[in-house]
Amino acid sequence: MTQNFPSLSLVPKAREAQSAKDFKTDQEVRWCPGCGDYAVLAAVQSFMPELGLARENIVFVSGIGCSSRFPYYMDTFGMHSIHGRAPAIATGLAASRQDLSVWVVTGDGDALSIGGNHLIHALRRNVNLKILLFNNRIYGLTKGQYSPTSELGKITKSTPLGSLDSPFNPVSLALGAEASFVARSIDSDRKHLTAVLRAAAAHRGTALVEIYQNCNIFNDNAFEPLKDPATRDEVTIRLEHGQPITWGAGAEHGVVRSPDSSLKVVETADVPASDLVVHDAHAMDPSHAFDLSRLAETSLARTPIGVFRDVDRPVYDDLMREQIDRATGTQGGPAGEDELTGLLAGSDTWTVR
Amino acid sequence: MATKGVRQLDRVIIRFAGDSGDGMQLTGDRFTTETASFGNDLSTLPDFPAEIRAPAGTLPGVSAFQLHFADHDIMTPGDRPDVLVAMNPAALKANLDDLERGADIIVNTDEFTKRNLTKVGYPSNPLDDGSLEAYNVHPIALTSMTVEALKDFDISKKEAERAKNMFALGLLSWLYNRPTEGTLAFLRTKFARSPQIMEANVTAFETGWSFGETTEDFSVSYEVKPAQLAPGRYRNISGNLALSYGLVAAAQRSGLPLFLGSYPITPASDILHELSKHKRFGVRTFQAEDEIAAVGAALGAAYGGSLAVTSTSGPGLALKAETIGLGVSLELPLIVVNVQRAGPSTGMPTKTEQADLLQAMFGRNGEAPVPIVAPRSPADCFDTALEAARIATTFRVPVILLSDGYLANGSEPWRIPEVADLPDLHVQFATETNAEVDGRATFLPYVRDSATLARPWALPGTAGLEHRIGGIEKADRTGNISYDPANHDFMVRTRQAKVDAVAATIGPTEVEDPSGRARVLVLGWGSTYGPIGAACRRVRAAGKDVAQAHLRHLNPFPADLGEVLRRYDKVLVPEMNLGYGFGGQLSMLLRAKYLVDAVGYNQVRGMPFKADELAAVITTVTEDLP
Repeated sequence: MTQNFPSLSLVPKAREAQSAKDFKTDQEVRWCPGCGDYAVLAAVQSFMPELGLARENIVFVSGIGCSSRFPYYMDTFGMHSIHGRAPAIATGLAASRQDLSVWVVTGDGDALSIGGNHLIHALRRNVNLKILLFNNRIYGLTKGQYSPTSELGKITKSTPLGSLDSPFNPVSLALGAEASFVARSIDSDRKHLTAVLRAAAAHRGTALVEIYQNCNIFNDNAFEPLKDPATRDEVTIRLEHGQPITWGAGAEHGVVRSPDSSLKVVETADVPASDLVVHDAHAMDPSHAFDLSRLAETSLARTPIGVFRDVDRPVYDDLMREQIDRATGTQGGPAGEDELTGLLAGSDTWTVR
Repeated sequence: MATKGVRQLDRVIIRFAGDSGDGMQLTGDRFTTETASFGNDLSTLPDFPAEIRAPAGTLPGVSAFQLHFADHDIMTPGDRPDVLVAMNPAALKANLDDLERGADIIVNTDEFTKRNLTKVGYPSNPLDDGSLEAYNVHPIALTSMTVEALKDFDISKKEAERAKNMFALGLLSWLYNRPTEGTLAFLRTKFARSPQIMEANVTAFETGWSFGETTEDFSVSYEVKPAQLAPGRYRNISGNLALSYGLVAAAQRSGLPLFLGSYPITPASDILHELSKHKRFGVRTFQAEDEIAAVGAALGAAYGGSLAVTSTSGPGLALKAETIGLGVSLELPLIVVNVQRAGPSTGMPTKTEQADLLQAMFGRNGEAPVPIVAPRSPADCFDTALEAARIATTFRVPVILLSDGYLANGSEPWRIPEVADLPDLHVQFATETNAEVDGRATFLPYVRDSATLARPWALPGTAGLEHRIGGIEKADRTGNISYDPANHDFMVRTRQAKVDAVAATIGPTEVEDPSGRARVLVLGWGSTYGPIGAACRRVRAAGKDVAQAHLRHLNPFPADLGEVLRRYDKVLVPEMNLGYGFGGQLSMLLRAKYLVDAVGYNQVRGMPFKADELAAVITTVTEDLP
């Protein structure tokens, strides 16, 4: 059931059919029992065979944090690096090796706090990376301090009277950096997560996938409204390209454009169907996707999931390779020994006999 | 017209000084190129402010370029200029103290206005008040003569004035009988897009030359015969350029693609600029969002099989520390170039210092030893880059190369090597499994080479070698996460032993002791080689014995260094750092490792040592021996 991914045309294919088992390592998984990371790991391991890539040409690079142990559990090449720096390291790898499928695994603290600069610049450059951002709205590995996605007023070990800083919306942040692919999914929704991973893999350039992930030790049930069968339909906006944006058990909620061009939530029964905003993930202008990202409430009273934006724009490593190919291709391959001799000598020389 | 007489000199030191916008660096550069093509030995010292255009006419805005050229082999840009070209009162004031009495001063009188004099605190005009009587002053209206010469050109007065540096260059070129074809060709290329400006500069240059020939102010011109250097083909080269070329050469000699991750920082940016030109050689340059990303990307490229480099200066090295530690733990080859500048903090970005040795040595968390190498002269940056690449790729370890601002911007003649004579740096990547686990052929990433202790360099894309590595402590051989006490102890010791093993691959300490009777050894590292060497020559010329040795390898030291040090009654270590109260940074390391009484001579003025000052220190030390 491998599919054709033109975005991965430079990566060698697997010689044999693969299964999820091929991507499991002999290492004991050391996340806390009940951690949402297990579900994401299982989803990724099950999805990888679809790509049909040679395992040795897949690399997982992570930073520091609970989720960043991920590479140890994937039987591919992998690097568990240092806090926040995975996008930078992966950029160097992807920019120098066109034959690799490079994935970054990071968390809300890793990507948005200590590594915020690297994340926005990777998105801006549009390097060929797939970034899986596990967002549990808490620092887990350091035992429970608030994170840059924790809600204002969060009571944690480091904020006994409540946190004072407003959270990032990672999707809005990524769109602000003009990311070419931005999506959100949920650890427990295997089907949705797999579909989003598929779309990310099919995208050439940087793909940011925010995955809401439950930390059952330090921030349990943080995303419960999106998971509880009693509430989830009412609060989850499932974005689908080309479809009107509606939600609720009977699709009773929707959005329209106000005269001031902002999005307005309406009851679908109150407006003509033609007024409902239709999702366009391929809109070059990121404002549409950004407006959608602002529909999210920190309280999770309303949360869009799915692919917000998926557009083609120049890919950093492709451009870098093109510059080198142009320089080396036009004159019969890369410079050899003679050309090095010429370079070292330059144009002004003199001879001592 | 009668040609003036020509007087022979064996060496000359010229300093061009003016406002930051006066084009002094270009003028110095051109004079240097003319001098190099004539075949003199030479050494240069550009000295400029960090501000791009400091307020005009002020002391902080003075930019200078010093050139020492000779008919014999020389080691420094010289202590005291024989000739000062001062384009304004600030340039005169800032540089006068460095001149010997009797020195020639060429001044641009047009700039000696009341306003400009007041700006730098001259109560009266030094050209009139007799305060320069000890010098040989040549007052020349450089600006107005240039404007006059260019009056028929269709250019603005401002554009005409800007050509005054070419007038000065023309005059100096006449005065020292420099070949001019190179400069004329240079101007034609540089201003090819604006023919009026090009012709104006050429005319200014030629007018300056003719002025020298006709003015009665200069009765003779001078000649410095070509130097008898070792046979070969030569060019002039600066440290940053030599370093860049060394990296390109190392990539070709290793068969690895070169990857540079860098963030602009003075005085290292020219390495990024230079390498970005060489896509023909497959060089990838990545201008990162910050210093950390620069080294991170380089480490990622190293993991992918590139010859990976990051270039920076001291503040950047501080930011890269954690990633270098990761490189130590991952055991991947990485070259970290630190073009040192005066610190702490931002310090003096355009001024030189060698105060990052201890940062390079110890500036990481945990025990994260790395080999350290340092070039001794601008041209030596080429060989040192190759050496850094050899150590990094052979031992799979980050290597720190400590250049400095003086080496980076200074230049000297370089005998161009034959590419075939450069070291062969080819590396062997892992291609096969290397162990059997549970009856299954497996690849273990931390199985080591018995001689170098290097682990395999196993690139992504190699089938059957899938493995995971990380900064977290890992078990010997398997690389799996391990918090086992004995294993950690073993791994820390092994990473140190691997760096120590580099010593077996470097040559013995070379000591220069012509008489063989020296009791004092002067030991240095980095850019102090020239001043120390020149000082030792002076001391020997005065009939005293002194030995000189200079370290390229600062970690590990050459295996015989302790024995060499113990051969001398006194070891003097001049350094451009203070050493945190431990008598100098290298001194501290030598004392700690060898228990020798190394004596420091330390200065941090942002300028290289002067040879005469070092000679005096050495003389005192030799005379003080019991």
